[in-house]
Amino acid sequence: MKPVGRALLRRLTAALACALLASGACAQAAGASRVPKPVIEPARGEACVADPDFMRRNHMQLLKHQRDETVHLGVRDARASLKGCIECHASATSGSVAQAPSDFCVSCHSFTAVKLDCFECHASKPGKAMPPAGHPKPGAGMTRPLNALRLPTSEPVR
Amino acid sequence: MTRDQDSGAKQALSGRRAFLGLAAAGLGGVLIAPGIHLMEVAQAAAPGAAPVGASAKVRWGLLIDTTRCASGCSDCVSACNTENGLATPTRPTDAQWIRKVEIKSIQTGRTQSLPVMCQHCAEPPCVDVCPTGASFKRADGIVLVDRHSCIGCRYCVMACPYQARSFVHEALAEQKPEVPRGKGCVEGCTLCVHRIDGGGQPACVEACAKAGHHAMLFGDLNDADSEIARRVREVASKQLRPDLMLDPGVRYQGLA
Repeated sequence: MKPVGRALLRRLTAALACALLASGACAQAAGASRVPKPVIEPARGEACVADPDFMRRNHMQLLKHQRDETVHLGVRDARASLKGCIECHASATSGSVAQAPSDFCVSCHSFTAVKLDCFECHASKPGKAMPPAGHPKPGAGMTRPLNALRLPTSEPVR
Repeated sequence: MTRDQDSGAKQALSGRRAFLGLAAAGLGGVLIAPGIHLMEVAQAAAPGAAPVGASAKVRWGLLIDTTRCASGCSDCVSACNTENGLATPTRPTDAQWIRKVEIKSIQTGRTQSLPVMCQHCAEPPCVDVCPTGASFKRADGIVLVDRHSCIGCRYCVMACPYQARSFVHEALAEQKPEVPRGKGCVEGCTLCVHRIDGGGQPACVEACAKAGHHAMLFGDLNDADSEIARRVREVASKQLRPDLMLDPGVRYQGLA
């Protein structure tokens, strides 16, 4: 074997050993599972807008419905807003829902291997409440109550 | 077709017509009977509560007094950048929602300074050309981009005669929670829609007042009692490129 080939083989062996070691450590940390289990940090608010079971399956529908209402109709601070999710679920350590691998959104999405691209545009950290500035003449309908969340009564979408 | 068959067909047709008429009447009754539409049933939070969302009765607009706009002052631009999380533009391709323009009359040599942003047209060409419906006009006259459906084709950038739209070329970080922005989307002045929805006014208007110039006035053009409607009624003001008949919501006073 040529010296170059031997060097390559040595390097490959080293890499394989490293990978084996790393996977072993990972399995230990996640309780003998090949895939790390999602970390669910306790949220800040009292209760979520719906049951956890419902939210796990349907949060994307709620968010999609709400995003259209917010962007096109100007319905802000609704119960199912992404901002609302972030305010409760931001991690105590990173302050975000999608920065560290153990943050609320990211940990589940990597477990289920679903790409999460909300936070390419949206801030993943809660912001400070915006104090409304003086308004020349607030038109009717500019101050609004929380939009009632209408949940589907039928079987959740699968 | 025999006479009998013909009359039978006519009867069937008239029966169908009668049914359709009845159905329409019934539907109309459901819609109008108690003075509320189905749409309103869905939106009504409580009797007498303010309607939810942007109202079509409102037409938000700006009146910019160019005689008060100070040359060299760019407080509106920096306020916009801060409010919406835009970096100060260093390259021609960087996003810019509002810019200061200095103009000079060749004949008289008179110079004027004015801010130019999305003019929030009543007939926006950016909306006409958008292939996905991402560029849209809200009920209250604010022209926006729905980034969820924007594919970044930039037709709207080309269609806008005011050069008010920008394209985000690179990945962004540290966006404002109120103003989501990202790579691959077109964006422009939103009239600080998140502030307006909360009963506020655009950041540029606030900054202009804070600087003591009071060159920008924001309000509801449809409300006859509003300050902006009164000023527009009493003082001569112009829209930019009125020949295009786009009916912008931004008007300029003292522009000659």
